[in-house]
Amino acid sequence: MSDTAKHGMAAPGISRSKAEAVNAAETRELYKKREPIYPKLAHGKFRFAKWLIMGLTLGVYYLIPFLRWDRGPDAPDQAVLVDFAHGRFYFFFIEIWPQEIYYITGLLIMAALGLFLASALFGRVWCGYACPQTVWTDLFIMVERLFEGDRNARIKLDRSPWSINKAWRKTGKHAVWLVIAFATGGAWILYFHDAWDTLANFFAGTAAPSSYVFAGVLTFTTYTLAGTMREQVCTYMCPWPRIQAAMTDREAVNVTYRIDRGEPRGAHKKGDSWDDRGDCIDCKQCVAVCPMGIDIRDGAQLECIQCALCIDACDDIMDKVGRPTGLITYETDDNVDRFVAGEAPRYRFIRPRTLVYAVSLAIVTALMLGALITRTELELNSQRDRNPNFVRLSDGSVRNGYTVNVINKANSARVMRLEVEGDAAINARILGVSDDQPDQIRIGADRSQRYVVYLTLPADAIDGPSEDIRFRVSDIATGETATTPSVLITGAP
Amino acid sequence: MSEHDKKRETDAHTGTETTGHEWDGIKELDTPLPRWWLYIFYACCAWAVVYWIFMPAWPALPGLAGETDHTRGLRNHSERANVAMALDALDAQRADGFAALAGSSITEIENDPELLGFVLAAGEAVYGDNCATCHGVGAQGFVGYPNLNDDVWLWGGSYDDIRTTLTVGIRSEHPDTRFSQMPAYGRDQLLSRAEIGDVTDYVLSLSGTSADVGAIQRGATVFEVQCASCHMADGTGDRAQGAPNLTDRDWLYGGSREQVMATIHRGPYGVMPAWESRLDEATIDALAAYVFLLGGGEDATAGPTGQ
Repeated sequence: MSDTAKHGMAAPGISRSKAEAVNAAETRELYKKREPIYPKLAHGKFRFAKWLIMGLTLGVYYLIPFLRWDRGPDAPDQAVLVDFAHGRFYFFFIEIWPQEIYYITGLLIMAALGLFLASALFGRVWCGYACPQTVWTDLFIMVERLFEGDRNARIKLDRSPWSINKAWRKTGKHAVWLVIAFATGGAWILYFHDAWDTLANFFAGTAAPSSYVFAGVLTFTTYTLAGTMREQVCTYMCPWPRIQAAMTDREAVNVTYRIDRGEPRGAHKKGDSWDDRGDCIDCKQCVAVCPMGIDIRDGAQLECIQCALCIDACDDIMDKVGRPTGLITYETDDNVDRFVAGEAPRYRFIRPRTLVYAVSLAIVTALMLGALITRTELELNSQRDRNPNFVRLSDGSVRNGYTVNVINKANSARVMRLEVEGDAAINARILGVSDDQPDQIRIGADRSQRYVVYLTLPADAIDGPSEDIRFRVSDIATGETATTPSVLITGAP
Repeated sequence: MSEHDKKRETDAHTGTETTGHEWDGIKELDTPLPRWWLYIFYACCAWAVVYWIFMPAWPALPGLAGETDHTRGLRNHSERANVAMALDALDAQRADGFAALAGSSITEIENDPELLGFVLAAGEAVYGDNCATCHGVGAQGFVGYPNLNDDVWLWGGSYDDIRTTLTVGIRSEHPDTRFSQMPAYGRDQLLSRAEIGDVTDYVLSLSGTSADVGAIQRGATVFEVQCASCHMADGTGDRAQGAPNLTDRDWLYGGSREQVMATIHRGPYGVMPAWESRLDEATIDALAAYVFLLGGGEDATAGPTGQ
């Protein structure tokens, strides 16, 4: 029993479907088992764009760990690496230390604002094209189609009793799903250790236990989220559809059914007049291709991820019946109202909402870029010993102890001079320096080094409860300097 | 399904069976457990069985489970064994540092950043566990308990001196302990109250904090007879006997006139335990180096005033 029947007099090549929008709001019940959705393969420019984006995003995800980036002999050469063991994050020419985690915060804020802006302009483009859930689900449906055929064949197969044919198709599909899921979880761990080493260690059984745990967990989540849960993730688990409602408005360009053109809908026989009726021939191809199980003609709804596959399906039909394409298209709610009223469409991409998002995005981007450009490879901070606060020596002089931390973020070892600015009478002593050059320190590449420094102020130079001082470290070769203020407590009234 | 179950009523509104209980017309729905909850419950039951097989789980009769009183499981897991292994691993990790420390001079320690870092970390931990109770967390000392940060040392402030003091203690039970005792001049009535007052003024004048000329002159005579044998004629003390230098501005028992008088009156002294029997040699090395590097350590060749 085919789901598709050729309509007697319709234009050639037009398939009509009995597809039901299983997730339509009207028929939906609160307590109901999930009804499987069998999305039909669409053909058209949006489907093509989605294949391209799928290839690009999956390629980026799977291949980036293997990109190399030369950082010298003391640092890893993986272009993108989150090195938890040594507390470093490498991203091409950028290297971030744990205390610079605000770069990641900034990146996340930029991503969020970018998402808001895109939503205000073009609706759920992120959901429709680039969200991992969408991309992997699309990939899994592709595999399903490979083994079980397109929509009608899949429906038929599921209704048929178990047979060898059904068994191998189902087994093959799940096996390939598992392989993809494992490749997904497996690629994830390559971002945290050297990719080639991890790959070899993983299969030799000598990788870190956490590698196996994460690969296992992500294999499981990929398999279930993209294989068996699919649209339920977007509808029930993801918070974004709810937030989305606040980001978009009537002037955002969304995937929309042109109610002004389509209604009244109904079957159309070849040769019949198109007067006094809409262009929609109710063939339900838009429903058949929908991966979310909804009918776009019901208007904007929470389930719609705006993947635009219904546009491709409908354009195909419109071409065949000889009507203009774009019955389902990217359009604003306001413009559809204008079409109904017989007015010309108007687009307003610059609105208070989009301006606020764009300006916020620009400000955060500028701040982060500024921080990145002015990032120094030499940092200095100091902490004065509080216990004891000061030490009085036998000749009446006063000594304070400090822990001075010098951070060398460069990928080469450096010789530096550590000095104290302040009262000229202060005598400085740094533990762990050679007696020949008592103010010179040597710090290895990409390291921070702590020094215990004792400052002594002679009794006759004490003229108040405290002296302002400043530590200064300067690279002898390049002249790069960093300073940090501190005080010397004398204990005098 | 029993006959009783068949008669159970189905609630029209929800389509769920009732339990058959009714209170004043209020009936209890027999809502089934959520599937996800039930599956997790089953999974946990299955996991429990797996756990019994692999981990110590059941109390057992002696003999059934080897030397323990419980089943050991296939993994032979034991937290005690884990702790012992972790401690061994820690010792192994520290072995290199302690080996490098043994026999190193303080100059060698100071000039090797890696060894210096090890000594400061190890010494700080040992200090906190053993010394901070009396000398304070920051080694700042209290009245009667010397400040270890400054440059005043009763028994010597070189690395070797500090190590010896730690090893044998002061007035401890160790046969080679450092020992000295000042007489309780007042309590034992060796000097009169007036004489103690005079000698106090004299002692204070050595560091320039008393100006009572008459008392100082009288006290000088007393000092020469009673005190100079240990504290030396000029009051600079004698480390061989642990006699403090009285000319500096540091006072173990307080530097006010009353405190110095009280000190002469009762001749106080403290006791430091010998650490030889409590800490191993390597640990004492690390501790001595840590105390030395608190800032007051003296070169072995330097005089009493040190750096």
